[in-house]
Amino acid sequence: MLNWIVGLILLMVKLGIVLGVMLFFAAYLVWAERKLLARLQVRYGPNRAGKFGLLQPIADTIKMITKEDIVPEAADRIIFLLAPAVVAFTALLMFAVVPFGPSMRIWGREIPPVISDLNIGLLYVFALSSLGVYGVALGGWASNSKFALLGGIRGAAQMISYELSLGLSLVPIVMLARSFSLVDIVQAQANYPFILVQPISFIIFFISAMAESKRIPFDLPEAENELGAGFHTEYSGMRFGLFFIGEYVHIQVLGALVAVFFLGGWRGPWLPAPVWLLLKIMLVALVMIWIRGTLPRLRYDQLMALGWKVLVPVALINILITGVFVLI
Amino acid sequence: MAENNDQRDIKKDLVERIGPMAEVLEVLKAFADGFATTFKHLFRKPITEQYPEYKRPLPERTRARIILTRDPDGGERCVACYLCSAVCPVSCISMQSAEREDGRRYAAWFRINFGRCIYCGLCEEACPTSAIQLTPDFEMCKREILSLVYEKKDLLVDHGGKDKEYNFYQYAGVVTNVGDKGAHIREKEPVNVKSNLP
Repeated sequence: MLNWIVGLILLMVKLGIVLGVMLFFAAYLVWAERKLLARLQVRYGPNRAGKFGLLQPIADTIKMITKEDIVPEAADRIIFLLAPAVVAFTALLMFAVVPFGPSMRIWGREIPPVISDLNIGLLYVFALSSLGVYGVALGGWASNSKFALLGGIRGAAQMISYELSLGLSLVPIVMLARSFSLVDIVQAQANYPFILVQPISFIIFFISAMAESKRIPFDLPEAENELGAGFHTEYSGMRFGLFFIGEYVHIQVLGALVAVFFLGGWRGPWLPAPVWLLLKIMLVALVMIWIRGTLPRLRYDQLMALGWKVLVPVALINILITGVFVLI
Repeated sequence: MAENNDQRDIKKDLVERIGPMAEVLEVLKAFADGFATTFKHLFRKPITEQYPEYKRPLPERTRARIILTRDPDGGERCVACYLCSAVCPVSCISMQSAEREDGRRYAAWFRINFGRCIYCGLCEEACPTSAIQLTPDFEMCKREILSLVYEKKDLLVDHGGKDKEYNFYQYAGVVTNVGDKGAHIREKEPVNVKSNLP
């Protein structure tokens, strides 16, 4: 019994720390994105609230919370109110299986470096990633607005298509690591990160991950200049904020997954393990921002063509080749 | 055109020699170009002007806050002819004319409602005596909308504005060595305003 209570407390502490760090970095990822994007466009970005605009996330939060929470009269009220939570919730839950360090021993007690070391961690990630589509599709549908509906449909179609190449690109990783658990996958990269042996997998995963998190050049569900704001056109206040938190947490999670599957997870010299993981997540996020500042949005047919005609076949061939090598 | 053909030939040549890889290479080069461009811009100095700290010097003829100017000798230029108030598209100028002892007209009161003013500058164009002028000073926001109604004392300044030397009554209706009153080029005989006859 005592053992169980201590375990519960430890879990709660870990949850609290991870949640706090995730939300803090989500807020400052928005700041970093606005700042970096501005510099890419020869602007300054936010620089009024605090030094270098560092208090901007706080100002934004206060603004969002104090704004009116509008629900359109024709909207499907319950689904409309719940949809943003689905997006933020699934994005946050995905981080549960990401290991952030080697296992430690405190007072003779083994503390696993992860909230939950599922032996099917990878499948769990995909399951939640697919559930995230519901937030987008239902949010767009429940708004009862043409723009939102179009955004929701696009979001659903895009995320289902890219889910496939996302999954297929990771099959070679599972073959190499011989495990679905993210902890084991990081263990398997003790000698070298998988990006060195699976560069094609890495590229496919990265592109699909960007499509999954609805970022430019794959931001068709939002598409400001065609659809207003796409699936979240009708949202205001903190519900709109939740969609945003969901998006930026998603970026972090995908950054963490890129780090875990290809960049060796928390492994790295000199610095403590969680710092390495954070650094790798930030690196991926910065590259995503750079891509956002460079590439234009794809057309819908181009998006589908890239997903089905390029990424999926290449991923399948990649699996075949890896399989041959593993057999030999 | 010839150059275009050349380029096409080179491309064809490439495709023949190394196959469809040429197109892939072209795409990769396009990507690299794009990313290099944005990366270079990262190290450029932003061109944004930080407004309250840095105020760009505005051209003299920028159209903002309206003033009533004076002659070089210090007298009010405005003769209350109502031309500005007539031409004003939003009717934000109002005044009451009055006459001095020596028969010269002036504005008894003069009022501009800056809450309505669109800073089009038509009043300045219409003014025959160069009295009403627009200045580059645009920082006149107020929380209280009624405080945007400027009276004559708020509008009147002690200088000639953009037209420092101009004095209407030294040019109009005076005897010069070119001719008498009403005898100048394109000038009509003075009308006796006190008479009803044309």
